[in-house]
Amino acid sequence: MPRVSKRKSDPVKSSEPATKKITKEVERIDSFFASYANTSLGMIDPEGVEKLCSDLSVEHTDVRVLMLAWKMNAKKQGYFTQDEWRTGLKSLHADTLKKLKKQLPELQKEVAMKENFEDFYCFSFCYCLTEDKQKNLDIETACVLLNLVLGRAYNLQVDSFIEYLKFQKEYKVINMDQWTNFYRFCQEIEFPDLKNYDDCLAWPIILDNFVDWLREKSTSA
Amino acid sequence: MSLLINIDASLSCWLLYTAVSWAWGIRLTLIKMNERKTINLEQGRDFMQKGITKLKNILEGLPEPQFSSEEYMMLYTTIYNMCTQKPPHDYSQQLYDKYRESFQEYITSTVLPSLREKHDEFMLRELVKRWSNHKVMVRWLSRFFYYLDRYFITHRSLPPLNEVGLACFRDLVYTEVNGKVRDAVISLIDQEREGEQIDRALLKNVLDIFVEIGMGQMECYENDFELSMLKDTAAYYSRKASNWILEVSCPDYMLKKVQNELLSVYATQLLEKEHSGCYALLRDDKVVDLSRMYRLFSKIPQGLEPISSMFKQHVTAEGTTLVKQADDAASNKKAEKRDVAGLQEQALKEAFEIFCNKGVAGSSSAELLATFCDNILKKGGSEKLSDEAIEDTLEKVVKLLAYISDKDLFAEFYRKKLARRLLFDESANDEHERSILTKLKQQCGGQFTSKMEGMVTDLALAKENQSHFEEYLSNNSNVSPGIDLTVTVLTTGFWPSYKSFDLNLPAEMVKCVEVFREFYQTKTKHRKLTWIYSLGTCNINGKFEPKTVELIVTTYQASTLLLFNLSDRLSYQEIMSQLNLSDDDVIRLLHSLSCARYKILIKEPNTKTISPTDTFEFNSKFTDKMRRIKIPLPPVDEKKKVIEDVDKDRRYAIDASIVRIMKSRKVLGYQQLVMECVEQLGRMFRPDVKAIKKRIEDLITRDYLERDKDNPNVFRYLA
Repeated sequence: MPRVSKRKSDPVKSSEPATKKITKEVERIDSFFASYANTSLGMIDPEGVEKLCSDLSVEHTDVRVLMLAWKMNAKKQGYFTQDEWRTGLKSLHADTLKKLKKQLPELQKEVAMKENFEDFYCFSFCYCLTEDKQKNLDIETACVLLNLVLGRAYNLQVDSFIEYLKFQKEYKVINMDQWTNFYRFCQEIEFPDLKNYDDCLAWPIILDNFVDWLREKSTSA
Repeated sequence: MSLLINIDASLSCWLLYTAVSWAWGIRLTLIKMNERKTINLEQGRDFMQKGITKLKNILEGLPEPQFSSEEYMMLYTTIYNMCTQKPPHDYSQQLYDKYRESFQEYITSTVLPSLREKHDEFMLRELVKRWSNHKVMVRWLSRFFYYLDRYFITHRSLPPLNEVGLACFRDLVYTEVNGKVRDAVISLIDQEREGEQIDRALLKNVLDIFVEIGMGQMECYENDFELSMLKDTAAYYSRKASNWILEVSCPDYMLKKVQNELLSVYATQLLEKEHSGCYALLRDDKVVDLSRMYRLFSKIPQGLEPISSMFKQHVTAEGTTLVKQADDAASNKKAEKRDVAGLQEQALKEAFEIFCNKGVAGSSSAELLATFCDNILKKGGSEKLSDEAIEDTLEKVVKLLAYISDKDLFAEFYRKKLARRLLFDESANDEHERSILTKLKQQCGGQFTSKMEGMVTDLALAKENQSHFEEYLSNNSNVSPGIDLTVTVLTTGFWPSYKSFDLNLPAEMVKCVEVFREFYQTKTKHRKLTWIYSLGTCNINGKFEPKTVELIVTTYQASTLLLFNLSDRLSYQEIMSQLNLSDDDVIRLLHSLSCARYKILIKEPNTKTISPTDTFEFNSKFTDKMRRIKIPLPPVDEKKKVIEDVDKDRRYAIDASIVRIMKSRKVLGYQQLVMECVEQLGRMFRPDVKAIKKRIEDLITRDYLERDKDNPNVFRYLA
């Protein structure tokens, strides 16, 4: 076996076939990128994303697009930079459209895993903060997003909470703390009897009010 | 030896817990007992039963020593423990049932039999005694089982302990005997009508039961007693009527006589009843019931005046008594009994606090106290009282302040009124003003009074400043304001905030402002002057046909009047646009000049209120016997603004407190944070827990704090 050189600049001769493989992958990923990218911007813009979605046979409002963005750790909603693209697709081992399409169910499973979901959930909130220095999400967008990411797993809570958010007048936006705690609420609190909810704990006030509203509704019903 | 020490330590822990929870009503799950043994249901029930039996013995008059504080505390703590144990050992529901069963058992086995064997007046006496005992029993048992009231009943939306206890008596005793009782009462009344002497006190006590058993609603009294009583009365009088017809002429007169007699009897009975009922409701914090009672009273013609004066007297008397009691309690503390007396004092203090912090007719007690002070300290307020009496009253006021939780609200109202007194020269006596500030400082600390002291100093400085101004004027004869001008320069931080409006000054005054501004520039270049015309006063000569009268008015009023130098007649709209003030201000101004005591302006049409279509004319025929009159301009109601300002300050105060606590502790649990915050701020006001929560959330958004990753009920300070 030839000696492996310790110098960084030297390519590792022993793994030459592997490097070739990697470079081929990178090439394919890059050309995949190029087929959707806006050349003047140097990144995939909303138009490109839409095209990608239709090629993948998913709606661009589908949650899987969001998951993809998460996988890429994309910063700006509607845009994918080359780096982000590379990161995402490399870890998905998808360098062609066909492979990417095939990986989508795997991606969904990955997101659904306990250790990842919370990260994905928080990411989705941040991803929707489109303005510079924006810290809060308006109620309408928040409702849509809640439905998208939590609607399937906790549909009773989400439906209820969305109804409440639209009804109440105190809050016009949702902040990160309220967002994250709602997920915790879904996980920890028995629904719909709310037996173990204790408003003397540090739940955000919006959830205290939500629970009061629910309890009132159930007693007057 | 070590065992003893352990027990002592744990006992004082319990003491701390109980006292603090009574004072603040916050559930402390933090002061936990180490290795608390689980109490099982059997044990717990037996233990409580012992206490209940002891109570019954005391009520029955058997030789039984009174409850010691330790016994009482053990009972309370047993309940607490049994309610806060982890499932399946949380016995809240069972204890709630046990509470009710205790009454049912006692009533069925002892109370009812004793009532059944008596009749008429003797039965009434027995009933009164049993009812009184029952109330005592409810009070004591409620205290033992108090913890259920804190959470269990609200969480399950169940009736509170007090209600449950009283309902037992109602359902078991009252429903059975009320018919007999009613008949016995009516026969007593009939006896009195026949001229016999009856035990009126007994009657009153029995009627009290009818009212109290309704638990705030007059249904029981009205349905079970009143209806029959009125029927019987009508029957009685119609029997008599046939005799009287010979003596008096028309039936109408007779009916009237019956009506009046009933009304006055009714009113008197209610009056006396309400005297005791009223206090009970006050003590038990039943604001809703009090208002219901008030409404009931308004139905009786002339019923309200004696009630309200009696209420006032009662309130003052009670208040003074309680203050005295608290005083005595404080000074009679003995060393070994310190903890026990402390508890008693705590309970008393709390009761008094609740009492003190009740609003009256929409005003908080903080505001009322400030108004009271203002009345004493201003001119025409208390000139009849001797200096000593005034000092004494001020002393009492300051002591009372200790029991008011919204001290910051009091401070703000006091400051506002002090400002008025100082600026409009309405203060009666400088000494008294200074004296109360000293007392307040002693009681509440320097920070409380620093602004007010600043205000008083400001005035002294302003006088100095004015003399410099006059010097400046005499040295510079070319700059003359044209009229005598006095300017009071105030330091913004000390005085309440005043909105400054862009009043269009009359030309004469514009010059004054200019001159003063130039002068002030020579004194200091680094300060900004903001003119508050709403606080100024003017002396104007009104050259009326009969004679010239000097008018003492506010700057706003003067500006309005001076408009009429240029035209005899002006419309509302013209006045408003020329003055550049809001509708509210203009209406107030014009009202004071045309619809009040002195009509300097004639209003067309001559109605009592100002409307935007009115026109005004200078009243050249105006005169008064005095040569100089003051035309008051009633101030705007500052209450809303004061409350707004105080709320804003509180938000900052809570923020600052939270940050301070977190900065030093770095990591802290939510409940602990709230508790410390409440304690820190307690000297000035009692912060609402929800308000604190809101500020915490805000601080999270502003990246001062974050939640701990593993425990979302714990916060970390972000440097």
